[in-house]
Amino acid sequence: MKLEMRDAPGQLVAALRPISEVGGNIIAVIHQRNEKSDKGDTLSVQIVLELPDNRLSDLVRLIREQGVNILRIGHERLLYEKTVIVIGHLIHTDLGDTVDRIDSTGFAEVTGLNISMPAITQVSSARLVIRAVNREDMEQAIEILRRVSKEKNFLLVEPLEGIE
Amino acid sequence: MKVAILGMGSVGKGLLRVICERDLGLAVTAVADSRSALMDRDGISIEEVLEAKRMHGSCGDTSLTAMDVVTKGTYDVLVEVTPTNALTGEPGLSHILAALARGRHVVTSNKGPIAREYERLRRCAAEKGVMLRYEATVGGAIPIIHTLECGLAGNRVLAVFGVLNGTCNYILSRMAADGLSYEQALLEAREMGYAEADPTYDVKGIDSAIKLVILANTFWKKPVQLEDVDVTGIDMLTNDALRLAEEQDCTIRLIAEAIPDKGILRVAPRTVPLSHPLVVDGTLNAITIETDMAGEITLIGRGAGSVETASAIIGDILFIRDFYEGSHKKAP
Ligand SMILES: NC(=O)c1ccc[n+]([C@@H]2O[C@H](COP(=O)([O-])OP(=O)(O)OC[C@H]3O[C@@H](n4cnc5c(N)ncnc54)[C@H](OP(=O)(O)O)[C@@H]3O)[C@@H](O)[C@H]2O)c1
Repeated sequence: MKLEMRDAPGQLVAALRPISEVGGNIIAVIHQRNEKSDKGDTLSVQIVLELPDNRLSDLVRLIREQGVNILRIGHERLLYEKTVIVIGHLIHTDLGDTVDRIDSTGFAEVTGLNISMPAITQVSSARLVIRAVNREDMEQAIEILRRVSKEKNFLLVEPLEGIE
Repeated sequence: MKVAILGMGSVGKGLLRVICERDLGLAVTAVADSRSALMDRDGISIEEVLEAKRMHGSCGDTSLTAMDVVTKGTYDVLVEVTPTNALTGEPGLSHILAALARGRHVVTSNKGPIAREYERLRRCAAEKGVMLRYEATVGGAIPIIHTLECGLAGNRVLAVFGVLNGTCNYILSRMAADGLSYEQALLEAREMGYAEADPTYDVKGIDSAIKLVILANTFWKKPVQLEDVDVTGIDMLTNDALRLAEEQDCTIRLIAEAIPDKGILRVAPRTVPLSHPLVVDGTLNAITIETDMAGEITLIGRGAGSVETASAIIGDILFIRDFYEGSHKKAP
């Protein structure tokens, strides 16, 4: 996101503090001084950050409360990640198709695939990394995977997570 | 307090020994096995009955049955430790119903009746103003039911996650630690006496599911059945899968999970970070409870064994005694 603030001591820190308050993680901060503005000396700052689900609106409110102007909020990227293990006759049953079914949703994608293949008659095991924008989309992607696993007789091993 | 014990297998004998060795204020007034029974209102000699069982394979009079003990014996608490039948709950179910109908307390390690007919049994006990306790049915020596009912009273239980089957945990630990194949690890579990000759109930996740039903019925407001549990076993797991998990500092364990708000009731192998408290070794059991006030609590302990199970049963018996003693004192 791109922010605009008065070029005065403490302003940048004040603008960044809410990010950790909402549990976010700053990946990069790029700032430029002396941008033309009619409000006097301002600083414009671009921040790349990682946020827990659904905290963006809280963050926006908290930053505004600091008297900082938000010029632009960029696109949310696929940041929610889950790793699962799938066991079965993955190759015979076309693993590509399984991956496609998730990718074709448009809201989640398989970003990593690690497969072990023993003898041709034996079952193979694969680790899939799935990414989605938020928890709901991830849950839907996993639901698809559960359905495919039932259909193709795979054993799907999901990660144990708390209740959140 | 007078105790009648039905079942003289691993659990029954362990319990008898503990009662014999410790001064707990308990008198055993009846015992029964599958073929015989022995009753004495003044208390039987535990040493003699253990010896008789060892010598003859039966504990007493073959013209008497366990049901005779239940309906005619003199006792305050019936301890039901006959084999689990997950489909019918019998013979435990009939024994427990008859004892409750006589207005006697019941303590059991038998999963069948509790998993199948908990609602009915609970109502029977309530009508007669007696207690039905079943600490030993889940997690062996771990006092999980006491923790849920007493220690965490007033909390809202948000979720329970558990490693509830020692056999599966042993197999998975061995596969992970020493690269044994599933078949090798199962064979070893059998040789060590951890797995039954027919391990289907364990490895298919059914035993864990039965225990999950018992747990869920304890803290969940709505009664649940075995059929409500989504069950997947460990019999399809590969060493490759464990290796793939380890590359990410995880391992695979059979986890039973109940989350009331999401309607989740599931038993399945899951990847778990190696640092997670539920990752326990060998035949150990572990249970994590998440509640609104207490946060997260994990209990770890021995999930089976003769004396370990006796520990849970003794805890229940003494709980009942102390509870009713307390109320007598308060009476005018
Ligand atoms: N072992 C454990 O670590 C453990 C842990 C937790 C819960 N449990 C549960 O506790 C119960 C007992 O386990 P266990 O390991 O002691 O079993 P076990 O060694 O198989 O012993 C079962 C006992 O019940 C008796 N019995 C069978 N049918 C009977 C009947 N109709 N009436 C009266 N007695 C009968 C048997 O008699 P005979 O001696 O004549 O054959 C035997 O003495 C089971 O429900 C089990 O699931 C066991």
